[in-house]
Amino acid sequence: MTEEKRIHPHKFTLWVAMGSIVMMFAGLTSAYIVKKNQSSWLEFELPKIFWYSTLVILLSSVTIHLAGKSFKAREMGRYRNLITITAALGVLFIIFQVFGFLNLEGRNIALTGAKSNSAASFLLVITGLHMLHVLGGVIAILVIFVKAYAGSVKQYSSMPIDLVSTYWHFVDILWIYLFIFYNWIG
Amino acid sequence: MSNEAVFQAPAAAGTHHDAHGDHHGEHHHHETFITKYVFSQDHKMIAKQFLITGMVWAVLGGLMSVLFRLQIGYPDANFPWLQDLLGKWWAEGGKITPQAYYALVTTHGTVLVFFVLTAGLSGTFANFLIPLQVGARDMASPFMNMLSYWFFFTASVVMLSSIFVENGPFSGGWTAYPPLSALGDASPGSKTGMDLWLISMALFVVSSLLGGLNYIATVLNMRTKGMSMTRLPLTIWALFFTAVLGVLSFPVLFSGFILLIFDRNFGTSFYLSDIFVNGVGALPNEGGSAILYQHLFWFLGHPEVYIILLPAMGMVSEILSVNSRKPIFGYMAMIGSLFAIAILAFLVWAHHMFVTGLNPFLGSIFVLLTLLIAVPSAIKVFNWITTLWRGNIRFTPAMLFAIGFVSLFISGGLTGIWLGNSALDIHLHDTYFVIAHFHIVMGVASMFGMFAGIYHWFPKMYGRYLNNNLGYIHFWITIAGAYMIFWPMHYEGLAGMPRRYYDYSVWESFKQFADLNRFISTVAMIVFSVQILFLVNFFYSIFKGRKVTTQNPWGANTLEWTTPIHPGHGNWVGEIPEVYRWAYDYGKDGKEFIPQTKPIGDDESHH
Repeated sequence: MTEEKRIHPHKFTLWVAMGSIVMMFAGLTSAYIVKKNQSSWLEFELPKIFWYSTLVILLSSVTIHLAGKSFKAREMGRYRNLITITAALGVLFIIFQVFGFLNLEGRNIALTGAKSNSAASFLLVITGLHMLHVLGGVIAILVIFVKAYAGSVKQYSSMPIDLVSTYWHFVDILWIYLFIFYNWIG
Repeated sequence: MSNEAVFQAPAAAGTHHDAHGDHHGEHHHHETFITKYVFSQDHKMIAKQFLITGMVWAVLGGLMSVLFRLQIGYPDANFPWLQDLLGKWWAEGGKITPQAYYALVTTHGTVLVFFVLTAGLSGTFANFLIPLQVGARDMASPFMNMLSYWFFFTASVVMLSSIFVENGPFSGGWTAYPPLSALGDASPGSKTGMDLWLISMALFVVSSLLGGLNYIATVLNMRTKGMSMTRLPLTIWALFFTAVLGVLSFPVLFSGFILLIFDRNFGTSFYLSDIFVNGVGALPNEGGSAILYQHLFWFLGHPEVYIILLPAMGMVSEILSVNSRKPIFGYMAMIGSLFAIAILAFLVWAHHMFVTGLNPFLGSIFVLLTLLIAVPSAIKVFNWITTLWRGNIRFTPAMLFAIGFVSLFISGGLTGIWLGNSALDIHLHDTYFVIAHFHIVMGVASMFGMFAGIYHWFPKMYGRYLNNNLGYIHFWITIAGAYMIFWPMHYEGLAGMPRRYYDYSVWESFKQFADLNRFISTVAMIVFSVQILFLVNFFYSIFKGRKVTTQNPWGANTLEWTTPIHPGHGNWVGEIPEVYRWAYDYGKDGKEFIPQTKPIGDDESHH
């Protein structure tokens, strides 16, 4: 590795942190598989709305990518719009997931409580944890948004948007993995 | 481009603190008591915070073991002053109560494993040594580093508060197996105490992750010019692998805890099935598996053992080499064996679960993988001994503790080969043999590594020396005592004496051990009091110890000894030194030692 290409320590830290998050979800999905192969596992159909939330989060990855591009081209108006849309799509994703849980409850598939089956509880815990990670991404977007416009000193560094964008793509890919896992693997 | 250039580059975030040599004076004028000693972002101060918090926990955890040893050693005696001191819940009529006994062993285990030997050991020395030995002004993210300490501090406060709640702290063993840990009705300690235990441990996991991320990023990205990975001191390699283990295994423990929290508070059935609680009746939970928790727990739990042990190994390697005035024997083999241990750490967790009904075929694979750890361990022991071999040894207290570590690692490691066999484990599981094994190889050995590190780096931390004579007394009584405490436990365990029983005198088979138990308890008290002597030495020497007058009191090669005697935030005045060689050029070409900062001479021989 030449010295010039040296990765920024904060970016590197983010990559290690994402590895750590992967381990948490690997632990949970492994537990899911172990549990599924034991007795009294409830099979049920996933809420349809998960397809829409998948679409929403994929779209948000596109918008944050374009936001980063406009930032580097110094098109700040466009950047501001795109990053707002990304945060909004993140919130929409979370809302869709919650609707998914309500759909299950509506079909009398208890997620928690004495009558719950761990199949549904697993869905709640894993999806819920992923939601929290998306929420973290939304908060990170708000922070860089405020930081970029609040201070009197203009920010020209693209590092914050790069970091948030990397993380955002990561939670996107994580959801795709979970979605594939629920539907076809687990 | 240097590290500093990376931070200063236009692409870099502008939030990083200003720790460059030239701007130093200006930066430091604004430091207040709060930013220097409390919410400090200086890695050296954070290291001291971890160390002293760890010491407080070591005293509390050690005191707990003295209290429950009192019960095991003197089951018939009454100490009325104990009730005056601790209250009725803990010591009614001067006798440790059963619920207190279980609370004590549980908290002793949790605190020693996580708060003392994880946070206190790698928190202290990773923070202190990584920037100093790789040649960095500070960690990759000093702010995250500060958060890491304060999460640990908050975890400590929560754990401490659990000792004072009405039903007492959690009492189901440090592993917190469900269903006992999942059902508040199952035992008094499983009520509020367990809630606080879980909150505290969750905070602790966050602290470990924040710290670990920083350690990895710093080692890989912040090394000074010329400091290639193969020129790093072995301390850094060990702390690096420790951080990798933590970052990959703590999240899995966290996911286990989340499922436990749902079972406790939201009525789910991840771990619970077909349970009848006395006084409550049958529970509705169906289909859960308590063994699932054990898998998730031990997937962290086993790497955790190496999270505790590797930093000690690294520091011992460094201290043995410096004080033998010889290069470390087999530097690359030392790195390779650390790597092998780190990999194997993830592949052996089920050896804690041989008797849970694990498939015997699967068990035999875990036996094989477990016994494989003996290979890198033996390489390390061989290299430590050959480093000492024909060395010009200086018996400083740090060196004695390092040699003591090697002794303990051998005697504790050998019993690991016994326990790694699933057939022998049927007999030895949950007996005092296990207690003896892991206390020697992981507990006491890592404590020795920690003591070695404190004695060795105290001059760098505080600019003063610890008292040597007190250090020698501390060492000899501790090593003799440690063997006298844990050696007899092997015999008790082989005779089948189970762990975690409240009173052995009522069992015909174990009555014969009454005298031995009393002996162990007595020695435990003596060893504990000697640790207090160490603490006196430590705190006295911070203020009144003999002053360090030279930059490099041990004649060591590593970079921390090129900093001023009292390094400021930023460590080096002016430029960070460049590195030209590995850390172990001792006794080369007739020179006693050649620091890493000395360029290779034309007439120098190759190593």
